[in-house]
Amino acid sequence: MSSKKVYGTPAEAFADLRQRGVLRDGITVMTGGFGLCGLPENLIVALRDSGAKGLTCISNNAGVDDWGLGLLLKTRQIRKMISSYVGENAEFERQYLAGELEIEFNPQGTLAERIRAGGAGIPAFYTATGVGTPVASGKEIREFYRPGDDTTHHNRKPAVEGTFAQTQQRLTPPEAGRAQRREYILETGLFADLALVKAWKADEFGNLVFRRTARNFNAMMATAAKFVIAEVENLVPVGQIDPDHVHVPGNYVDRIVRTVPSKKIENRTVTKG
Amino acid sequence: MPLTRDQIPIRAAQELRDGYIVNLGIGMPTLVANHIPAGMDVWLQSENGLLGIGPFPRESEIDPDLINAGKQTITARPGASYFSSAESFAMIRGGHIDMCILGAMQVSQEGDIANWMIPGKMVKGMGGAMDLVAGVNKVIVAMEHTAKGAAKLVRQCSLPLTGRRCIDMVITELCVLVMDPARRRFVLTELAPGTSLDDVRAATEAEFVVADRVGTMRV
Repeated sequence: MSSKKVYGTPAEAFADLRQRGVLRDGITVMTGGFGLCGLPENLIVALRDSGAKGLTCISNNAGVDDWGLGLLLKTRQIRKMISSYVGENAEFERQYLAGELEIEFNPQGTLAERIRAGGAGIPAFYTATGVGTPVASGKEIREFYRPGDDTTHHNRKPAVEGTFAQTQQRLTPPEAGRAQRREYILETGLFADLALVKAWKADEFGNLVFRRTARNFNAMMATAAKFVIAEVENLVPVGQIDPDHVHVPGNYVDRIVRTVPSKKIENRTVTKG
Repeated sequence: MPLTRDQIPIRAAQELRDGYIVNLGIGMPTLVANHIPAGMDVWLQSENGLLGIGPFPRESEIDPDLINAGKQTITARPGASYFSSAESFAMIRGGHIDMCILGAMQVSQEGDIANWMIPGKMVKGMGGAMDLVAGVNKVIVAMEHTAKGAAKLVRQCSLPLTGRRCIDMVITELCVLVMDPARRRFVLTELAPGTSLDDVRAATEAEFVVADRVGTMRV
């Protein structure tokens, strides 16, 4: 192998991670995928086999009973989940109801943006999602105009100097009632110790290309961790991916493993007739 | 006769307009896709990263890399695009989706919605529902008017909210209600065939206003 990033198997890619201080009990791990689609399934098996315990897992879902993060639930390696929906996992439900597992539910878009923001060095952002709901509890709330609604802010300067309150009044749009300030809640960026992602294709530098809806959370998670491992179906030499077609630039990716996907399907639905 | 459960999506589909970008919730709202008026070009968005959902695949077309938000195998129509979850919700949060249609456990008279959590029961999570009701330009609830006889249109939601003052329209088997933002009350604009205002009142806890001219729901 010409590339220092390419490893033969998931186990090999994990072999020295403890020694390097990447893998420890209690770390935060992001795993990509939406349900079983775009799931870094072989890397999750390697994470289980590594024996790391007390993990906080950031993942949109929690896998199913016998695959994905369900494997790490079975072995009690997960202490906390940060997810938007965990519907298809009976073991999850059992551990949660028994108080053995902590869960932080995030709205799916808030979760996606927290990861994007974390990877982009943005510590926090305001969103209207979750205002007035349990999600807003304990978080800072601030009023803004929705972007585009405030027609006065950008183009007009206050005519005269005044107190802050007076300035605020002048900034009320002339057509009162059309644009109103609305409440936004402050959400923080997420950054993990380790991210496991799945891509369709990579080159040996780590440039990633995803396929269809298997991109989902993988694209942002690849940017939002101290150490990123990608499992890919196709591995090509550097130069074989058109730079215009790269979804995640290779600088984000630390290790690459070619794997054979199981292509499991959760909800097989076909057209009738 | 009130509408049947299968007819609610038919009435909801009448709210679609040519060129609309639409997100359909899981369950009854998904069926709206079967009733898009002929000749109307509607683009369905799936929040896991697809704009342009096509029909369900034939057995030979099934692709594990191509699913909808309900994790069902699907196809993509010509002109479709794929993107990440961050891009997908930027689209939703940024007001680039014209309409979403979703189900609800409760809707309050001010347009609050609760549809993700029942205290004391296992919570599966809100998925993308909170983002959709907060970000999409027009939010329609398509649901049965009551649940086991209990009103779902209530004065105040007793269940934890999914979103506050975000529902623009409610379509049930009994009637159509449109939010009047100035009064912060729903206005009843249509009744199901053979359904009276008293029938609706008996099944509704929420205060609502009755339009000057009430139409009949067509399906």
